Amino acid sequence: MRITREDQIMKKFSRTLTCIFALSTIVSVAIADEDAELVINGELDISTKAAAPADSALDELISGWRFRTNETQALQMDDFDNPSFIFIEQGEDLYAKVDGSEGKSCASCHEDVASFKGLKSSLPRHNASTGKLDTMETLVNNCRTERMGAEPWKWSKGKMTAMTSLISLQSRGMAINVKVDGDAANAYELGKDLYYTRVGQLDMSCANCHEDNYGNMIRADHLSQGQINGFPTYRLKNAKMNSVHARFKGCMKNIRATPFKEGSDEFRALELYVASRGNGLSVESPSVRN
Amino acid sequence: MAKARVKAPKTAAAGELVTIKTLVNHKMESGRRKDGDGNLIPRKIINAFTATFGGEEVISAKFEPAISTNPYFQFSFTVPATGDLVMQWTDDDGSTVEQTKTITVA
Amino acid sequence: MSLTRRNALALGSASFVVTLLPLNAFAASDETMAAIKSFTGGSAVSEGGISLTTPEIAENGNTVPIQFSASGAKRVMILADGNPTPGVGTFNFGELSDASGSTRIRLAGTQNVIALAEMADGSFAQVAKTVKVTIGGCGG
Repeated sequence: MRITREDQIMKKFSRTLTCIFALSTIVSVAIADEDAELVINGELDISTKAAAPADSALDELISGWRFRTNETQALQMDDFDNPSFIFIEQGEDLYAKVDGSEGKSCASCHEDVASFKGLKSSLPRHNASTGKLDTMETLVNNCRTERMGAEPWKWSKGKMTAMTSLISLQSRGMAINVKVDGDAANAYELGKDLYYTRVGQLDMSCANCHEDNYGNMIRADHLSQGQINGFPTYRLKNAKMNSVHARFKGCMKNIRATPFKEGSDEFRALELYVASRGNGLSVESPSVRN
Repeated sequence: MAKARVKAPKTAAAGELVTIKTLVNHKMESGRRKDGDGNLIPRKIINAFTATFGGEEVISAKFEPAISTNPYFQFSFTVPATGDLVMQWTDDDGSTVEQTKTITVA
Repeated sequence: MSLTRRNALALGSASFVVTLLPLNAFAASDETMAAIKSFTGGSAVSEGGISLTTPEIAENGNTVPIQFSASGAKRVMILADGNPTPGVGTFNFGELSDASGSTRIRLAGTQNVIALAEMADGSFAQVAKTVKVTIGGCGG
């Protein structure tokens, strides 16, 4: 195979990039406590590290919590200090509220929201009748449109994120366990492909940062493994709950790539693949990140 | 409509120092941001917080736009006897949000 | 010793303390000095009696947790010297209060956060901390 001039430039670029990443590891020691343990409300032990499965590209699975500063970590250790709970309360109000032509609320059929324990840890998942992946957002909107006769909610706006935060909270502490074989195999492969494909003006893939350089600094950001076990997450940056697809979109925009649409097949597949990279980590929703 | 969350102990010993945590859902629009058309979004913040216990002032604070969205405020005071902790947050537009927590001294 | 970022940060904080003394002469904006003068009425300000806890590096300038404590103080004022306007908050304490508080603030960039207290005897105390505020590299 001929080595083109382009290959040489790319190689030099990525080597330079690696240099920059390496030089800045020093700062990461000063600001993040990567050995801290997460105990919520003084009683709920959350494991923020997990052994990586044999076929994993990672040495060890590490939750995004570990890469944040002490102050940010502290915000998640108490359900009162955690600003997400403002939105959890909003979710509770929405859950009980009658909406749509059928005169029902979520509670009318589902009764206690605690019945959703175990859902977040298994999503996204294949839907046999649609042939697509279901995410929590699609399940919520499906109920709203098909059973409540209500308008669907926008993927990443306040009402949806409040509801997905509330439902995800019910699985807090459980291990992520998404299915990647059988019917989910095609989506898994698509997601994996997207994860490793370089895109955008900056010509970077998810893996360049989150697999090759987690723990290092990219300018002032402390790179994590890009796990989604804590989503929806309260970001200090925008002081609200953020969905997985909104985060994917933001990352792609930073690489100066045209992002896929929230709810698209691509993002659903990527969500499945990224979730599977965290199989074994505990659900931390609702988490606090930068 | 702003909603307040308060964490306060239900009981205390006479003379005990208790810590109160408060968190209010409010955008705290600083008045410095611009919208898509380049127009300044008008300021709208919670500009004051007061807390009294048994009618006596515990704390009265003035908040500026530098207080973050969803203002968090934690304070401590000594509980003399059973009483009501009455808290009030005031918005720029004059509206208020109130919450009362009773602390019982056995 | 090679100048790593960590060393530079430590040096930076150390050199700030030196310029802080004498207190009234530290490099602060006119607006900050005016706010201090308005609070103290021009009286002398000393060190000690007030503590201020801030992060060394703020993960995000939007939400920076701070904590202050001035046992016995009547009131405390917090200023952010590098913000468009320095005022952050003023806290008046009643008898039952322990004159401490925690909150979360917005910082526009790396700057000094200043806490001033009027003590029970009418004297004034001050403390300042430098907070590094970064613009993220790839925040999404």
